[in-house]
Amino acid sequence: MGQREYEVIIGMEVHAQLLTRSKMFCGCSADYVDAPPNTHVCPVCMALPGALPVINRAAVEATIRVGLALNCEIAPFSVFARKNYFYPDLPKGYQISQYELPLTYNGWVEIEGNDGQPKRVRIRRAHLEEDTGKLVHVNGYSLVDLNRAGVPLLEIVSEADMRSAEEAHRYLLKLRTILRYLGVSTADMEKGAMRCEANLSVRPRGQQTLGTKVEIKNLNSFKAVRDAITYEVKRQIAILEQGGTVEQVTLGWDEHAGRTFVQRTKEEAHDYRYFPEPDLLPLEISREWVESLRATLPELPDAKIQRFMQTYGLSRKEADIIAVEREVAEWYETAVAAYPHPREVYHWLTGEIFRYLNEANIPITAMKVTPDALAELLRLVEDGTINRNTAKSVLQEMLATGQRPRTIVDAKGLAQVSDEAALRAVVDEIIAAHPDEVRRYREGKKGLFGWFMGQVMRATRGKANPATVKKLLSERLEGDG
Amino acid sequence: MALSREDVEHVAWLARLALTEEEIERFREHLSAILEYARMLEEVDISDVSPTATVLPMRNVMRDDEVRPSLPRDVVLANAPDTYEGYFRVQAVLDTEDEEG
Repeated sequence: MGQREYEVIIGMEVHAQLLTRSKMFCGCSADYVDAPPNTHVCPVCMALPGALPVINRAAVEATIRVGLALNCEIAPFSVFARKNYFYPDLPKGYQISQYELPLTYNGWVEIEGNDGQPKRVRIRRAHLEEDTGKLVHVNGYSLVDLNRAGVPLLEIVSEADMRSAEEAHRYLLKLRTILRYLGVSTADMEKGAMRCEANLSVRPRGQQTLGTKVEIKNLNSFKAVRDAITYEVKRQIAILEQGGTVEQVTLGWDEHAGRTFVQRTKEEAHDYRYFPEPDLLPLEISREWVESLRATLPELPDAKIQRFMQTYGLSRKEADIIAVEREVAEWYETAVAAYPHPREVYHWLTGEIFRYLNEANIPITAMKVTPDALAELLRLVEDGTINRNTAKSVLQEMLATGQRPRTIVDAKGLAQVSDEAALRAVVDEIIAAHPDEVRRYREGKKGLFGWFMGQVMRATRGKANPATVKKLLSERLEGDG
Repeated sequence: MALSREDVEHVAWLARLALTEEEIERFREHLSAILEYARMLEEVDISDVSPTATVLPMRNVMRDDEVRPSLPRDVVLANAPDTYEGYFRVQAVLDTEDEEG
């Protein structure tokens, strides 16, 4: 930052593909990712003369459900519109979108603000449109694949309510979480199922008028969103600090070079000539329809976080970590139902298990350990059959093989030794073998206690009950025998 | 209502049409005459008519989310001037990336 303080103002436009079976306006499969080029194409996708679009009800219902989850109003009357422009990924010469009468509008989502407090980001609108084809650029040509053309696409436009790259990042994460909870989109940015653009301006703090707005397009990962905004804020502040003016441009983000570049100037901005789509009839959305869709909404992340805080005594941050994915939240709750110690389950889930999932790069649904198996493991710890360290290695084994904890403990003879007589013999042996350490301990070097613990554990191959060992060691070391 | 030469050039650009000098002038006159004709509508009293997106009385015409067969690819590409390994091939488009919103 320079001498002055600056305020950054960010609005986001997010596109998310909806998980329907068929496309938005025809019966072609919407599952295009692994399909050979131009195999999910019909006269509607190709805009052949006479072909007529028909609205996919599932896409409309998914959009209304998203609208409800984003606290939006649902339009009683909604119309599709033509957005006209020529581009080879769009054979009709226009994209069917929505303009004046979107399906949903005026909503909000809550994120954690820069000050750590909850903050609302307003949603201007969420409307339905169709995705375009894909272009591959090679050797002076562009190759066109229309499989993606016509896949239902939800556009979510926020107000310019975000004030940092972190807030923008959290907003995006929140949207993804909500879309996934609803099951309406994979919202996978790396695979292009969720795409994002940011509008951004910077002004000296206290200034009333807004700074010049730039648009950053094609932000295709969470990292790109954060890095591009951070870079662009720095760039603009540097210009202002030198007394310059920011140019109103559309920017792209070069991930490798780590910088933005000018994509197209506003002078050439498209003239879209929107008008109501004459091939489609308006939608009249009744209260009954909306209410029947509201009834299908799952418990949403905010509500779940609140409930986890109240029911399980988790902090907001902890509840948030669990609730960010619906499948994780469900796993957690099933585990707590089987072993009703919420904190203990939280500890193991977010520690050992999350570490494993990260390293293996798999979702929790692909994990071999069931909630019930973790519950069994924790009962083995609680009843003293194994100690916590042994439990960790048993859990590793469970994650790798999917075996039940009891099976692993029995097969490997890992059951903890709590028998005092047996452990006393080991403790005596260790003390007899290390007279120097015993002397130094008694002279005041109390830190050696941990070293003695370690010796006993090693001698018992980690199976000794730590509490018993501690008690026995204390007796022997503090006493004079 | 007379269109300017710039109006015609702009409309031609939006339609990706290259017009000769002679055509620009000819279409300027044609388009101006069409607009002039349509202007008659401005004389209609619409004070008690609300705007509409359609004149048809039907609403909520939708289909179930069911997959139906697509066309065979050789049919899809049959009329294409140029193809390459299952793709339509066109002159390189340079001005923007492939994402439009």
